[in-house]
Amino acid sequence: MKHIISVLVENEFGVLSRIASLFSGRGFNIESLTVAETADSSVSSMTIVTQGDNNIIEQITKQLNKLINVIKVIELTESVQVAREMVLLKFAVNSGAKRLELLRLVEVYQGRVLELGLRSLIVELTGERAKVEAALAVLGPFGIKEMSRTGMVALSKSG
Amino acid sequence: MKKINGAQILLEVLQEQGVEVIFGYPGGAVINLYDHMPEYSCRHFLVRHEQAAVHAADGYARATGKVGVALVTSGPGATNTVTGLATAYMDSIPIVVFTGQVPTPLIGNDAFQEADIVGITRPCTKHNFLVKRVEDLERIVNEAFHIAGTGRPGPVLVDLPKDIIAGKGIKKEAVKPSLKGYSPNYTGHPGQIQRAMQKLFKARRPLFYVGGGVVLANAATVLTELACWLNIPVTTTLMGLGAFPEDDYLSLGMLGMHGTYRANMAVTESDVLVAFGARFDDRVTGRIDKFAPDATIIHVDIDPTSISKNVDVDIPIVGDLSDVLQKMLEVVKSSKERAELCASGHDLWLSQIARWRDLHKLSYKQDDIIKPQFVVEKISELAQGYDPIISTEVGQNQMWAAQFFTFTKPRSWLTSGGLGTMGYGLPAAMGAQVAFPDRLVIDIAGDGSIQMNSQELATVVQYNLPVKVVILNNGYLGMVRQWQELFFDKHYASTRMNHTPDFVKLAEAYGALGLRARTPEEVEPILKQAFSHPGPVVVDIVVAAEENVYPMVPAGEAISNMLLV
Repeated sequence: MKHIISVLVENEFGVLSRIASLFSGRGFNIESLTVAETADSSVSSMTIVTQGDNNIIEQITKQLNKLINVIKVIELTESVQVAREMVLLKFAVNSGAKRLELLRLVEVYQGRVLELGLRSLIVELTGERAKVEAALAVLGPFGIKEMSRTGMVALSKSG
Repeated sequence: MKKINGAQILLEVLQEQGVEVIFGYPGGAVINLYDHMPEYSCRHFLVRHEQAAVHAADGYARATGKVGVALVTSGPGATNTVTGLATAYMDSIPIVVFTGQVPTPLIGNDAFQEADIVGITRPCTKHNFLVKRVEDLERIVNEAFHIAGTGRPGPVLVDLPKDIIAGKGIKKEAVKPSLKGYSPNYTGHPGQIQRAMQKLFKARRPLFYVGGGVVLANAATVLTELACWLNIPVTTTLMGLGAFPEDDYLSLGMLGMHGTYRANMAVTESDVLVAFGARFDDRVTGRIDKFAPDATIIHVDIDPTSISKNVDVDIPIVGDLSDVLQKMLEVVKSSKERAELCASGHDLWLSQIARWRDLHKLSYKQDDIIKPQFVVEKISELAQGYDPIISTEVGQNQMWAAQFFTFTKPRSWLTSGGLGTMGYGLPAAMGAQVAFPDRLVIDIAGDGSIQMNSQELATVVQYNLPVKVVILNNGYLGMVRQWQELFFDKHYASTRMNHTPDFVKLAEAYGALGLRARTPEEVEPILKQAFSHPGPVVVDIVVAAEENVYPMVPAGEAISNMLLV
């Protein structure tokens, strides 16, 4: 099962490496990991998407808590979190009809066109993972030339 | 305030931390530190290999309970500490290792003797630091000692670039470290302790399974008191030896792969198993679904990650063992009637255990070739009057020492349990002897593993540390040979030591006393001579070549399924 774990860490060099090596050293899986500063610049926030049964998730959260630079670990279950992912997509566009069709679909998914060239189109999509996946399934046949995904970021609803 | 350099700041902080002893090896990156060392009170012991410096600090820490300190240079000096750090990490031993580093502007440039030691040691330290500004040095060193010695203890590494040690700064007033992400939980949950005690009061076949955590928490006395009050038998892990007196009738000796028959049977048949500071290691549990299959499991540990990691626990209690055990004892003392009823209800259980004891005792047959078990028994008998500390190497020598030496005191047993580091015993013994110059410190060794750090004989002679090395010399890497005999059709691939040095001459070459025993009659007088000699001694004892360690639980089997003598 997929789990989202939010981790507050001290914003120091080497912290990302400590987290990554904990996962690799203990054979835990990382599906995605995002990290950035919080409002307090001495603290960074990480959102880790991982997989495993309850025992594994319990070990992951305990092991993360054990790291000296980790301030707080919150396991975010679906009911208590808001999670989003962003994806940037580049399409090759060689006909007006294709461009129109793409623009229409992008609108359906509430995407934004960031770059409109003669032969290409760059689009931004944001949403829950399910929505992003659905959009990719529909847009895929148009020939995605390049793609960049942020991975999941999430916040707890409480507090 | 007067500006001093980083080296002086560091040495002042060490002095404030109460560090009396540093094990180390100088090099280009740490010359400044060595230059100022004579101005301070710490004594420095020059080892012959950086690995030994870390093991010595580790042995010192295990024997004293204080944080051990090692100091080495950058690059190869630093990488040589890795095995020592991993050893201390697996056994939760508090040490702080200082490594030199190339000057900060050169870091990342592949400079001479540069190694990314912080990167290399991240998975084998409790925490590590690279000091990037001289202003941070004092705080970091204090944090390092705080992290190493509190909670579940462990090794911490501090990497010191040369320009930081040379740079000028100000030594401030000592402040207590406060770390946002580190606050170990010391007090056990009262509700959980109550639940555990109620379960324990009702148990018919209770057993205490005691690990190294009890030694580390200095909780051996209160554990012993609790076991005696409730009349509950105690088995210890390899790391827990000494936490409960083995000459007591409640002691079952060690459990696990080479545990006693009665300990492994008692675990299997127990109805309430209480693990104190133990981590259900695979060498202890064997096949996991057959480990204490009928028991309610209560687990007391300071490290939450240890709980339910390998075995599902029914009643977990996170906290410092001496706090939790003290509270358990209070429950006992406040409900004396129940406690007495509980204690008197275990007679059947204890007589069952006595039957197991009589059925298969630890045994061996002494004929005209010296048996290694006989040597350890003799050491145990002859050393008791000298308040001994025993260290071991790793392999058969370690298991025989664990089985046949009678441990009665905590912090008198130094062995690499988790990592199984050959070459640990001599430097660890050295560290313990520095801490306790008047106690008898014995390294029970094998002819294989002693060669992994035998260069330290030079150190013990230089500082006149009267360590006794007793080599059980069977000409084999014995434990691997035993596995080859039992599970690989006697295919002794690369385990025969076709050439070993003459250990008596080796000792003499280093300036130590060398002795040898070839017959059973010679063992006692030679050990007596060694123990009464004022300096370091190497005793080479020619033992039976193909003796095995029994009982033995084959890897992956249930622990009740033992190969017996």
